[in-house]
Amino acid sequence: MTQASMVREELEAVVIRFAGDSGDGMQLAGSQFTQSTAVMGNDLATFPDFPAEIRAPAGTTYGVSGFQVHFASRDIRTPGDAPDVLVAMNPAALKVNLADVPDRGLVVVNTGAFSKQNLAKAGYEVNPLEDGSLDRVRVLAIDISKRTLDSVKDSGLSSKEALRAKNLWTLGLMFWLFDRDQASTVEWLQTKFAKKPDIAEANITALKAGYHYGDTAEFPSGIGFYRVGKADLTPGEYRNVQGNDALAWGLATGAGLAGLELLYGSYPITPASSLLHALAKLKNFGVTTFQAEDEIAAVCAAIGASFGGSLGVTGTSGPGVALKAEAIGLAVATELPLVVVNVQRGGPSTGLPTKTEQSDLMQAIWGRNGDAPLPVIAASTPGDCFEVAIEAVRIATKFMTPVMILSDGYLANGAEPWRLPDVTEIEPFPVGFHTETEGFQPFQRDPETLARVWALPGTPGLQHRVGGLERSYDTGHISYDPANHLKMTEVRAEKIAKIADSIPAQEVDFGPTGGELAVVGWGSTYGAISQAVRGLVEEGHAVAHIHLRHLLPFAHGLGELLKGYEKVLVPEMNNGMLVKHLRAEFLVDAKSYARATGKPFRVVELQHEIRCHLASQDGQG
Amino acid sequence: MTENPPVKLTRKDFSSDQDIRWCPGCGDYAILAAVQRTLPDLGTPPEKTVFISGIGCAARFPYYMSTYGFHTIHGRAPAFATGLKLANPDLDVWVITGDGDALSIGGNHLLHALRRNINLQILLFNNRIYGLTKGQYSPTSLVGKVTPSTPLGSVDLPVAPLSFALGAGATFAARAYDVSKRLPDMLKRAHAHRGAALVEVMQNCNVFNDGAWDVIRDKKTGSVNQLWLEHGKPLTFGPEGSLGLRLRAGSLDLETVKVGEGGVTESDLLVHDETNRAQAFLLAQLQVPVPMGVLFAIDAPNYDADVRAQREQQVERHGVGEMHELLRRGHTWTVD
Repeated sequence: MTQASMVREELEAVVIRFAGDSGDGMQLAGSQFTQSTAVMGNDLATFPDFPAEIRAPAGTTYGVSGFQVHFASRDIRTPGDAPDVLVAMNPAALKVNLADVPDRGLVVVNTGAFSKQNLAKAGYEVNPLEDGSLDRVRVLAIDISKRTLDSVKDSGLSSKEALRAKNLWTLGLMFWLFDRDQASTVEWLQTKFAKKPDIAEANITALKAGYHYGDTAEFPSGIGFYRVGKADLTPGEYRNVQGNDALAWGLATGAGLAGLELLYGSYPITPASSLLHALAKLKNFGVTTFQAEDEIAAVCAAIGASFGGSLGVTGTSGPGVALKAEAIGLAVATELPLVVVNVQRGGPSTGLPTKTEQSDLMQAIWGRNGDAPLPVIAASTPGDCFEVAIEAVRIATKFMTPVMILSDGYLANGAEPWRLPDVTEIEPFPVGFHTETEGFQPFQRDPETLARVWALPGTPGLQHRVGGLERSYDTGHISYDPANHLKMTEVRAEKIAKIADSIPAQEVDFGPTGGELAVVGWGSTYGAISQAVRGLVEEGHAVAHIHLRHLLPFAHGLGELLKGYEKVLVPEMNNGMLVKHLRAEFLVDAKSYARATGKPFRVVELQHEIRCHLASQDGQG
Repeated sequence: MTENPPVKLTRKDFSSDQDIRWCPGCGDYAILAAVQRTLPDLGTPPEKTVFISGIGCAARFPYYMSTYGFHTIHGRAPAFATGLKLANPDLDVWVITGDGDALSIGGNHLLHALRRNINLQILLFNNRIYGLTKGQYSPTSLVGKVTPSTPLGSVDLPVAPLSFALGAGATFAARAYDVSKRLPDMLKRAHAHRGAALVEVMQNCNVFNDGAWDVIRDKKTGSVNQLWLEHGKPLTFGPEGSLGLRLRAGSLDLETVKVGEGGVTESDLLVHDETNRAQAFLLAQLQVPVPMGVLFAIDAPNYDADVRAQREQQVERHGVGEMHELLRRGHTWTVD
């Protein structure tokens, strides 16, 4: 009897972590597994976790690269707290990840990489496969290296090249274990290696060999084979999306809705670079990308483009925003539209380039010299990046102001199924450039929004000068007058405050309006907080989740909403920032759960923290 | 293109009504006057002309022009100008900068604007001092310059602006001085150049560094040290052009010779070739005589034009992009 004919055990949700050397192709295996899983109709979320070094020395613990995928037959919102299945391609990958695997979890190891040398590099004195240290988990030990080489021995590839296919052999096995279709990966390999058919063929052979191995090999008892049914997702057309791609498409869409061309000035920086790559492909969408000589030039070119009538956009991570601060202040002073994207990473300084954090919120709100207010908005999921980008363009052009978008490494690299929007249904917000010469001065304002006119170089009769020196409210000329400076300072602040009139009032994302506890989050913690709160509500707790897109100005109604709860808890992946902002703004006694580890929140840790604040749990506290 | 009959523009059409706030006697007045007088001859109306500056005394310049203007932040004017040219290549963009702005805080941006050969005119007012911050030494100050920040004299070597530019790959490098009658000619040449045109304008700061350019600016003795370059003409200077430059035998160096002495004839002199970068380098490093005029000028591709061409090519190949369709490209699936 082949195992294929056996009944597969039905699971509701599974978390798999692929882990190996940076050069082992784990990101590829993970993303292909994701693609196939999406096509199978599961809900899913992913989390790539890789080192900052491009190719750290092979076999070392700091060179371990991981990719976690969480898929389920129900609605899920995070890449999962802990892996049910760990694929460890070498001893270092096992060493780094084993602690995360729960008891009875499945660990697939490539014994072919468990050489004396690799064990030593990982810091193992004794082979963990032999000393009983893995007894708490279920181990599927296979010499994947040898089986890969055997499978492709007729390909004519050198053994070094052939061994590279071991990630695909492993992927094949995982496809078999979880009943996935190989077709999308086969198709992808054929396209990717269209010009190297021998490589494509070897990879496909390895993939299929891994799958067939599952079909025919005798597995140790206790190793199951599973299926995860389709999730009940909202009907529609879906694709997988990563945050930076969604941002790129949203920015281009927003510029189109405003009737503007877009100039993206940027300097490569992790984890924002893929935004530059994505926009560079959109040349026929009215997008120009400019890889500048540094972060400062990137933002300055974007502002120069806005002065000329394009939508200037610049994107970076926290260290880059620090460098751009002076120029962003100039955009505040000259009241030109600009979108600044900060894909946050761990800090301070160079910090943790490939890890995720939310520690640039205060920088976004306050990080410029002088009173230089600008709107700050944050994306909550990879798909939300699309909407947030459009919103940023709308605000920037309607209010003539720089806008800061906060994303982070988790959103940038994580993928989720995204129900595709009908772009043709989005209401355009065309920009009207000023052309009337009668009574013109460059800082004349719309009485409702307080936005100044946008008069472009090239327009006859509207020649004017703008700059960083304070200007007269009445004429736009340089003015050092104290009363005028006070008035201008107030107008700049009032204009930003008025943005709240053009955004929806704050709502509760999930749970009761008013009650015992509100959990208030912003940005990429959306999935983890949402899942944590939903779980507790199901248990009967009076907990609500409020998630903020608009961090400056806050949406109307937030203060009143917060006052309807006995307690407010603010979880953040930093050392406590939104909590201070909320306390200062609303005088609410909000409590902080601030954790800067470089890793996303786990649902269980949030639930644990929330329980500590619930009265019904007081007895335990 | 325009349907209006050509109107003769005058200096007035390019002068703003703002009070000029430079110190009385500053060389900047002469440069401003030269620019305002020259622009009417260039054929670009004020509304299509933009002056962009950074920070410093020179950077106030745009306020005094009745064109479009952008007074930006310290050292970054070339980057703003780059973005503006990418957004609208039809504009005639001038960058006004000083020795501190262009060569100290903004050295990086000048380097890259020059190597990208963005279609700009960059006027570098070199007074060898920091004026607006009250007299500290600048990156072009000579060694030993005593200032409030260098009370015992500066010890670092100055940068030679045109050598820097040529090293950066500039396609146009010229020099004039503030009160020179030939400054308008240099402005015209810079304007006619397709690409980044750098003009170093030696400028006197009568408050903090008076006389820094006496070697060429002194009314009595300065003219003999000026070597005005003309393409295809021998390199002569001095009283009645009696002196000349020739290549020193057996070395890659210039030497001053007197025509008619020691058997030297005019045919021995080096002939100016403004398309020869190596020769321009030799000239840019000379202390005396001081080469003036166009040291170097070649045609080369422009970043701004080529970027636009790539975009147009993509539109030609793939049509104007449709986001609705783009989002649905690749792997998608339908949930019923």
